[in-house]
Amino acid sequence: MIRPAFGRGPVPILAAFCFLIAAGVADADAKVYEPESIMLDNGMQVVAITDQRVPVVTHMVWYRVGGADEAPGETGLAHFLEHLLFKGTDKVPSGAFSRAVSRNGGQDNAFTGYDYTAYFQTIASDKLPMVMEMEADRMVNLTLDPDEVAAERQVVLEERRSRVDNSPAALLGERTDAALYLNYPYRRPLIGWAHEIEALTRENALAFYRKWYAPNNAILVVAGDITMERLKPLAEKYYGAIPARSVPERIRPAEPEQISARRVELTHPLAGQVSWARRWLAPSRFWGESRHVMPLSVLAEVIGGGSTSRLYKELVIEQKVALSVGAFYGGGTIGPATFGFYGQPADGHTVQDLERAVESELEAILRDGVDPAEVARAVKAMEASAVYARDSVTAPAHSVGRSLAVGRTIDEIESWPEEVGAVTVEQVMEAARAVLRKPGHVTSVLRPKPAS
Amino acid sequence: MTTIFLRAVSIALGVFLILGRPGGAEAIEIQRVVSPGGIEAWLVEDHKNPIITFSVSFEGGAAVEPEGKEGLANMVAALLDEGAGPYDSEAFRRRLEDRVIGLGFNAGRDGFGARLRTLTEYSDEAFDLLRLAMTEPRFDTEPVERIRAQIVSGLKRSATRPQTIASRTWWQAAFPDHPYGRPSAGTVESIGRITVADMKAFADKVLTRDAMEVGVVGDIDPERLGVLLDRTFGALPDTPAPEAPDAATLSAVGETFVIEEPVPQSVVVFGHRGIPRDDPDRFAAAILMEIMAGGFGSRLTEEIREKRGLTYGIYAYSLPLNGAQMIMGGVSTRNDKVAETVRLVREIWAGMAEDGPTEAEVRDAKTYINGSFPMQLTSSAPIAGMLVSMQRNKRPIDYLDRRPERIDSVTMEDLKRVAKRLFLADELTFVVVGQPKDLKPTAPVPEPRS
Repeated sequence: MIRPAFGRGPVPILAAFCFLIAAGVADADAKVYEPESIMLDNGMQVVAITDQRVPVVTHMVWYRVGGADEAPGETGLAHFLEHLLFKGTDKVPSGAFSRAVSRNGGQDNAFTGYDYTAYFQTIASDKLPMVMEMEADRMVNLTLDPDEVAAERQVVLEERRSRVDNSPAALLGERTDAALYLNYPYRRPLIGWAHEIEALTRENALAFYRKWYAPNNAILVVAGDITMERLKPLAEKYYGAIPARSVPERIRPAEPEQISARRVELTHPLAGQVSWARRWLAPSRFWGESRHVMPLSVLAEVIGGGSTSRLYKELVIEQKVALSVGAFYGGGTIGPATFGFYGQPADGHTVQDLERAVESELEAILRDGVDPAEVARAVKAMEASAVYARDSVTAPAHSVGRSLAVGRTIDEIESWPEEVGAVTVEQVMEAARAVLRKPGHVTSVLRPKPAS
Repeated sequence: MTTIFLRAVSIALGVFLILGRPGGAEAIEIQRVVSPGGIEAWLVEDHKNPIITFSVSFEGGAAVEPEGKEGLANMVAALLDEGAGPYDSEAFRRRLEDRVIGLGFNAGRDGFGARLRTLTEYSDEAFDLLRLAMTEPRFDTEPVERIRAQIVSGLKRSATRPQTIASRTWWQAAFPDHPYGRPSAGTVESIGRITVADMKAFADKVLTRDAMEVGVVGDIDPERLGVLLDRTFGALPDTPAPEAPDAATLSAVGETFVIEEPVPQSVVVFGHRGIPRDDPDRFAAAILMEIMAGGFGSRLTEEIREKRGLTYGIYAYSLPLNGAQMIMGGVSTRNDKVAETVRLVREIWAGMAEDGPTEAEVRDAKTYINGSFPMQLTSSAPIAGMLVSMQRNKRPIDYLDRRPERIDSVTMEDLKRVAKRLFLADELTFVVVGQPKDLKPTAPVPEPRS
């Protein structure tokens, strides 16, 4: 699982419909991409991932800035600026970028996470210079018309209504993050609180842009019908011409020790069903004991990774106390990650029944350990996902770009299968104890409002 | 969610495009493979990765469910991989998991399908499990009741979602006496009525070789595919596929329905009749739909999102079903802007019918349609899906090579004529869920089915 991202939307992905895959959807930074990387003189990293099955490239520029880098009081600014990057420069007026891509049969979009912001196009490989020229242009030459800024602010507010305000689960999610993270900026909604989005200005956006958008704070990733030999001169020509600028250090406040359990409940007329979740802060690649990251991924798979996992078998099939249940974890963040469980009580059972059943299952695991065969199976499935991850032009660009944007190296990305293959039962149990024995978890419950 | 799903359907059903352009995807070569036992599949060989991706579709989905058993197709799809042959649910799923095989079934309004993804080394087991799921599904009590409870819970959850309410109401109002008007995911009541005998009968009726289409991509050669096809599908009956439902006429034409729900943003679904999949005007229609609703730069997005900031997303697409051809669309906007948004949609619709597209719009749409094809083929799954939909739509195997010419040869005269035929502002039926201000409903909302 990666931290959620908000994008310029709509309809970025068709592939979701095309295939329902049970296995192999892990965040697969596998040793299969064989990316080549160079550094331009101005400090911009350039990465090529070659896959020449179709004459298509995915071109992405990742900025090392996201929602967690916003100042207090300006939630949603990183995402708002992402939208505004489509509003044009002197050379490429508002909307012209998208139209040029579309006229050439390509697709373009962008998204914002807590730790990064990314812009991408998928297009015929002979059109790569065209999109590079336009992307490089808007790295420095953004001009913002006040009327367009005002209209786009309304669009973002509509996006917030669509994704959050019209969805009880998303509303609860916002409140849960605000409870889980005591001090870390992941507690703030990425899309922004509505009242703070309303107050964002053109000047806020331009200031943020000038502060963070610079070649030395960006990573270029091109995947598909490309080689580094062909990419390097293009990157030098378009991006290399932009001078480096000083970019602030990303200062993230430290999270205090979590010592108290908390509950967040929402009763909402549009919540059709009751649901339950519990989450803990957990180590990530850059926060806490990062040696636990891979074992925690394996643990999530073993305990709650599908219909043959511990929790599903025990609580859904055997005890029938839950209708569904599972686990989640994603360690690829700069700040604290989240390890958690979710479920829905079965008919005739309460949230409390489900909660107790999950607790007792976790106690059993912490007491008796996990079965080595379960660990071996999870490891194998995760290793196989590295092979499946190769079967795409766009997915490797996303995966490599995301990892580099949070500060990982190519070597770390490429050693992923070895890393997962080396996970032992002892490591899994040590990681489980390190996280699940902590008292500071947050339980969230969504309840339908009873018919009045 | 619905946006993504529906838009994908429109593409899967008809808007396919082009090989052999400058910079196009000549690398992709489609082979027709006929097994020794006479089973046909379309294959794109690709040995770069040790992966095989497989897609099969059958005629007959929710539209052929018996009345009162709404959701049957969907329930069968959810249960076929929950135990088959000698393996109970857990054993079956464990075999999939141990070999890292992705297997899933899916039901649509008109069709039923399976998708399979496997590493080459496990392909024997993978196809064996697919065969068992199709020919010897067990429908054991435990998985049946578990899945039933999960489906019911999902229905209860989605029943309060404005998008679900809007869409369901639209279909019900448009097709009061036709299977398309029934909720294809079922209702709490109808799911409760479905028996194991119903599921077996449905599987027997639909899983037949008669109208089966197969698409395969990846690390497999024609000889081996032939062997696997016979082994996997040889045991299916050759009985006739279920008959498609009768052609339907849309009701509630031009009406506006309003359903009050306590949400800050109203969800709007709209639509009217479209043109058939094999209509000679379909290429012109594809160009016009691109100009109207092809994302950023299209008329709907420019006018409603970019210029006025009224929405995060507006979409429209052609939906040529077996028994009805439609153009559907949707938009969400805050309650005090719904009336304006609905008025604008009608105006944009009427404007296109009246004046047709501009030269520049046509030029851009043609290059987009002809150039975008390879962009859809950046992983195996969409290629397999395309192979199936081309066969489903009775396109020749070299269709993709010829399509650019057909698109290019559409004239401005054609487009102006077809625009009048395609965009019928007065026939647009709107369903609005929310608390829209100043929007008058023109008809009472039909009672939900149970």
